Amino acid sequence: MNICVASGKGGTGKTTVATSLALALQSEQHDVTFLDCDVEEPNGHIFINPDIREIENVFIEVPEIDHTTCTFCGKCADLCAFNALLVAGDSVITFPELCHGCGGCRYFCPAGAVRLTPKKIGTVETGAAGQLRFVRGRLEVGTALSPPLIEAAKKKIMPRGITVIDAPPGTSCPVIASVRGSDFCLLVTEPTLLGLHDLDLAVQMARHLGVPCGVVVNRAQEGWGIIHDYCRRQDLPVLLEIPLSKKIARAYARGVPLVRADKTWHDAFRQLYRAIGEMVAGEGTYCHQR
Amino acid sequence: MKELTVISGKGGTGKTSIAASFAVLAGNHVLADCDVDAANLHLLLAPEIESRQNFWGMPRAEIVTEKCTDCGLCRELCRFGAIKGGQVDMLACEGCLVCYHACPAGAIRQVENLAGVWYISRTRYGPFVHARLGIAQDNSGKLVAEVRRQARKLAEKEGKSLIITDGPPGIGCPVISALGGTDLALVVVEPTLSSLHDLGRVLQLTEHFGVKTVVCINKWDLDRKISRQVENACRDAGVPVIGRIGYDPAVTVAAREGKPVIRVPSTVAEDIVSLWACVQKELGI
Repeated sequence: MNICVASGKGGTGKTTVATSLALALQSEQHDVTFLDCDVEEPNGHIFINPDIREIENVFIEVPEIDHTTCTFCGKCADLCAFNALLVAGDSVITFPELCHGCGGCRYFCPAGAVRLTPKKIGTVETGAAGQLRFVRGRLEVGTALSPPLIEAAKKKIMPRGITVIDAPPGTSCPVIASVRGSDFCLLVTEPTLLGLHDLDLAVQMARHLGVPCGVVVNRAQEGWGIIHDYCRRQDLPVLLEIPLSKKIARAYARGVPLVRADKTWHDAFRQLYRAIGEMVAGEGTYCHQR
Repeated sequence: MKELTVISGKGGTGKTSIAASFAVLAGNHVLADCDVDAANLHLLLAPEIESRQNFWGMPRAEIVTEKCTDCGLCRELCRFGAIKGGQVDMLACEGCLVCYHACPAGAIRQVENLAGVWYISRTRYGPFVHARLGIAQDNSGKLVAEVRRQARKLAEKEGKSLIITDGPPGIGCPVISALGGTDLALVVVEPTLSSLHDLGRVLQLTEHFGVKTVVCINKWDLDRKISRQVENACRDAGVPVIGRIGYDPAVTVAAREGKPVIRVPSTVAEDIVSLWACVQKELGI
């Protein structure tokens, strides 16, 4: 089962929830992988402390022009949807940082003057902390394109067992790449206007992808029920509440997972998993078809 | 005209609260929200929308079934695995249109893609350009560029000398788009190991693009030891820490009520005022 932890708004507690869920399930003898898809700013390792055993480079193929065979006809630049090539007089300038690696320039070049060369966009790193399997993507600084790296990291998902995916914030392409194909999307939010606004975007995103979702309210406080009201209206379950607490914030600051800072949280996260399991089973054939 | 861009690497460190407070303190400025896929600044500024414009993303490919000969060339050429069962999976399609150009039967057409909207609004703290990227859309970098272009245009038209931009989290495409050519990047950090880790990457990014950068530590007294580590990391990177804002639950209360934190009673108002003074000095305004 693949559970993706997402949020819309950044800093609501995705990594807190994802790491504690993975650790709590692992301690119950489940076969668990923690997969950090927040490739721009991966933080799961700070809490899980894995030994990284394997580092794989991930590339996309970008054009290189053979100026001796090029006729400077300009077809590559006309076709490129990403403006990654510019033909000026008798020279072709390429902009590898704009290239999405579609390969169109090579395919359509009438002179066969385009060669594709690999450009590194990041790494996929695999390791373990005890019995917990750990995978993360790490985007090369200065690279704009994260979805292909996320796809490469997701290839490490085992067909069996549980994978907890820590998604990036937002609702656009890197988030879609992370959530797509998951069995369940856990949306972490906080009871502020900002948290509510972005939760709504995240719910629309999950529904658009056809992934069932539930909500975790972090920094919950007595008397601030805006998230609960919203969830009631949307017919969404609130599966867990984590109270606003300076103690929890301090443990987070130092990289201590919630389930280690306070062992009583183990049960809450195991229950959370059971609730997710029931919801996914309830969706039955629908999820299976995906 | 000067532009200040507030970024953070890690999300949720306080970018929007700080940008909104600057909006209250500054004069003669335009505001821009470049966190287009989870925009929040409008929640704190109560904008009145003056105009809205569609943002067109890259056209997508669509297979015209009647013309398709099922030759399989499009599936073979598509690097994104977006051709499935004689259809284009819109979520996987990157819009490269290689299939459209290659199809020997002319069975693929381009469809326009409404990817979002951008707005020009009035707020009591100045004119404001903001946007909303459609759900599950890409092109956030291009929408960021559009918001910045409109903010500059508006500033020129109205004779404003400063643009205050609330940036996106991360280090990827929208952040790169938000940073190009800005005058100053203010990185908002909190004293957590996560934020410290992300700071390292964001500073590499601003250095890579040659953007002048300063740091402020938000909630600095939450963990003084990590705050010192943040300061050390900044010193090693040659980036000045120009402000520290204390931890005060009033910041959360302001976010609940939809107000800039500087407009509610708190212990951090002074911190923000002195941070703003330092930012002005760094910008030379």
